[in-house]
Amino acid sequence: MALVLTEEQELLKQTVRDFVQEKSPVTELRRLRDSSDATGFDGALWKEMAELGWASVVYPEDFGGMDMGYMELGLIFEECGRSLVAHPLLATVVLGGGCVLEGGNETQKKDVLTAVAGGERLLSLALQEGAHHAPLAVATRAEEADGGYRITGSKTFVLDGHVAEQLVVVARTSGDPGDRDGLTLFLVDAGTPGLEVTRTRNMDGRNAANVNLSGVQVERSAVIGEIGAGAEVLEPVLDRALAVISAEMFGTASEAFDRALEYLKTREQFGVVIGSFQGLKHRAADMFVELELSRSIVFDTLSAVDAGAGDVPSLASCAKARLNDTAFQVGNEAVQMFGGIGVTDEEEIGLFMKRARVLQSTLGNSSYHRDRFAALQGF
Amino acid sequence: MSDLEAFRQEARSWIEENCPPAMRERVESPDEIEWGGRAAQGRTDDRKVWLDRMGEKGWTCPTWPKEYGGGGLSKAEAKVLQEEMREAHARPALTSFGISMLGPALLEYASEEQKKHFIPQIVKGEIFWCQGYSEPGAGSDLASLQTRAEDKGDHYLVNGQKIWTSYADKADWIFCLVRTNPDVPKHDGISFLLFDMASPGVTVSPIQLISGSSPFCQTFFQDVEVPREQLVGEVNSGWTIAKRLLQHERSMIGGMGLGLGGGLSRGAPEIAKDYCGENDGRIADPVARDRVSQLQMDARCYGATTRRAAEEAKAGIPPGPASSIFKLYGTEMNKRRHELLISIMGTQATGWDGEGFNAEELGETRDWLRSFGNSIEGGTSEVQLNIIAKRVLGLPD
Ligand SMILES: Cc1cc2nc3c(=O)[nH]c(=O)nc-3n(C[C@H](O)[C@H](O)[C@H](O)COP(=O)(O)OP(=O)(O)OC[C@H]3O[C@@H](n4cnc5c(N)ncnc54)[C@H](O)[C@@H]3O)c2cc1C
Ligand SMILES: Cc1cc2nc3c(=O)[nH]c(=O)nc-3n(C[C@H](O)[C@H](O)[C@H](O)COP(=O)(O)OP(=O)(O)OC[C@H]3O[C@@H](n4cnc5c(N)ncnc54)[C@H](O)[C@@H]3O)c2cc1C
Repeated sequence: MALVLTEEQELLKQTVRDFVQEKSPVTELRRLRDSSDATGFDGALWKEMAELGWASVVYPEDFGGMDMGYMELGLIFEECGRSLVAHPLLATVVLGGGCVLEGGNETQKKDVLTAVAGGERLLSLALQEGAHHAPLAVATRAEEADGGYRITGSKTFVLDGHVAEQLVVVARTSGDPGDRDGLTLFLVDAGTPGLEVTRTRNMDGRNAANVNLSGVQVERSAVIGEIGAGAEVLEPVLDRALAVISAEMFGTASEAFDRALEYLKTREQFGVVIGSFQGLKHRAADMFVELELSRSIVFDTLSAVDAGAGDVPSLASCAKARLNDTAFQVGNEAVQMFGGIGVTDEEEIGLFMKRARVLQSTLGNSSYHRDRFAALQGF
Repeated sequence: MSDLEAFRQEARSWIEENCPPAMRERVESPDEIEWGGRAAQGRTDDRKVWLDRMGEKGWTCPTWPKEYGGGGLSKAEAKVLQEEMREAHARPALTSFGISMLGPALLEYASEEQKKHFIPQIVKGEIFWCQGYSEPGAGSDLASLQTRAEDKGDHYLVNGQKIWTSYADKADWIFCLVRTNPDVPKHDGISFLLFDMASPGVTVSPIQLISGSSPFCQTFFQDVEVPREQLVGEVNSGWTIAKRLLQHERSMIGGMGLGLGGGLSRGAPEIAKDYCGENDGRIADPVARDRVSQLQMDARCYGATTRRAAEEAKAGIPPGPASSIFKLYGTEMNKRRHELLISIMGTQATGWDGEGFNAEELGETRDWLRSFGNSIEGGTSEVQLNIIAKRVLGLPD
């Protein structure tokens, strides 16, 4: 599996970096947060991103996509992570759109993917129900009614759920919470009666939603994939999401590290720069090593996704667990190394730490992924 | 069929024809490792046969140039060869500091005559080399070494003491750092000498380790005469060679983090199932299971990093400060692995010898104790952190 970038990929990375630095420095996130922006991201910027093809990197050409790989999409996530760009790529393109791409029929694909590729539709995935990511612990029920299905239950931590025009709702058509069989995916329009979406504001300045479904009636044509076999669709989509989130976390942690390193080289105390103290040097060197390992596993996972390798599930869990731990370490250490200024809202380093911590809980913390990895590896 | 595929076929059938069956069995104890050298010369056993055949072919050093007896293989071919060796369960024909440390440094810095003389001997395993770097007063601060070499015209006269010299009691020759000028800054007065351990004035005395084995020695030099032509590079510029050699050493030691350095044949998951119980195919103790999972993941991340470094290094570029990353992480991970294994084995990992403990348990206890040295030898973990902070991150002293 390729672990170094091709010339084209280097070029793409540089293009993304230039774009992000110019259009969406960290001050943008602060502006969106402080103005309590209704969307939570910059709609005009999203249009531009879509025009550059970022919304459709991994979609087939038939649906207006670029038909490139997750390696390329990962680079976009990494660079956006460096600048804490608020964007709907994860919820719309990888999660919601990803389910349609993986399990949808031709009509659904044509409708949804083409609209997403053009930056004209926002989606999300309504999966999680408790305080932790547990994709099979779904209690939300869908029962056959009036020729379609009626869905009842509640969802939480639905990323960008407050602006999503369509939700992919994971509901149970048979079995009990915890069963892998019996899950079904439904494409539900935001305005459907009985669907109640409440915006939640997170500490990283980004948004999610709590979603309540009280007898939401959908047609049979809203089903994505096979009835009861939703896990088949969901699992590969989640693995790809883990790969790109890991790339984003790598970008966020790398940038936090670079900023801390710069601070170590400029801040003076005791008549010398603080970066000359071994108590800080060794910790910086340690973080650097962890970041190097992180970069390797992110590249390895993204390229395994592109190659359709059999061990993608293990790699995806490995990457997410590793990036959870590295981003935690680097985020916390960076704040500490900034001293008093590090704990102020004015200094940007805290924003990186907070973003890292939200992503840490997103789609599974490290113990979840160590458990999953062990199960996949047969122990 | 691609050239590489053709090479694979060739390598496979060559190994099939030439590797004696006994050399395809697992190495059970350190005594079975072949170090070559003078001691091996009179022998005719399978180990010697395998060494001679591999040495003749140059495959003990697959990528070294053919003109010096090496295999002359490309990196890609060497990888194929390694895969085929593993596939055939073939043991390494030769383990030597000549291959992993000295040879690469000689190829880069030695004179043509020296290369013609020494490299083929390394390839064929004719000389068992040891490393004379550390001294009682010069460990991490290696450049403060005091062993003196006085210029006597046609030879150098060496006086002083080395310590922690691994295998000095078995080795035939030593590559040794000596001070040739005491009146200049410490890095500028060091030279790199090669000499015969059988020279008059060389004595060794073994040191026992916490693991019970005694692979290393104190080494004393009293008026040892070393012919002038055994100096490598320029006089007083030995530090450059010394550092490069350390980078090769660190890459080698770091590589052992992946468990390539022998040890147990079973992985941590299997061992944990044995000692902590099994529940529906899972390790029954959830804490042990979590730790095993963490370790396996770390090994994957580390493995991906070594592969990435290999991809990044265009053929032939020697390792730089990045070798410190591998030395540091590889050895620390190896120590974590052994710590985990002995905690999983519980009181069965507290044995020293005799009844009540099986070979795997006794072996693991000793391997765990040996692993303490991993983060010391070749430069301590703290020294690697210093190197990364300074050379890679540019943090000031
Ligand atoms: C919540 C809060 C409340 C406070 N309240 C008060 C108050 O009421 N009154 C008041 O006067 N002050 C107050 N302070 C200031 C506080 O005392 C300082 O922030 C603290 O002493 C650190 O100094 P600094 O922020 O300049 O960081 P720096 O000294 O610049 O330190 C930056 C980093 O370098 C490290 N570092 C510095 N020197 C060394 C060294 N020699 N070796 C190793 N590492 C080193 C530090 O540990 C830190 O990680 C408060 C701070 C906070 C966060
Ligand atoms: C198994 C084994 C095999 C070996 N084989 C050989 C061999 O074949 N040939 C050979 O020449 N040598 C060999 N060595 C020696 C090895 O290279 C030295 O032990 C090593 O360089 C450390 O030196 P020292 O033991 O004098 O420890 P010291 O340098 O005295 O270090 C003591 C402690 O202080 C720390 N320390 C020292 N300096 C710093 C610093 N600047 N910053 C922070 N911490 C610091 C160290 O990390 C260590 O924890 C071997 C050692 C071992 C354990």
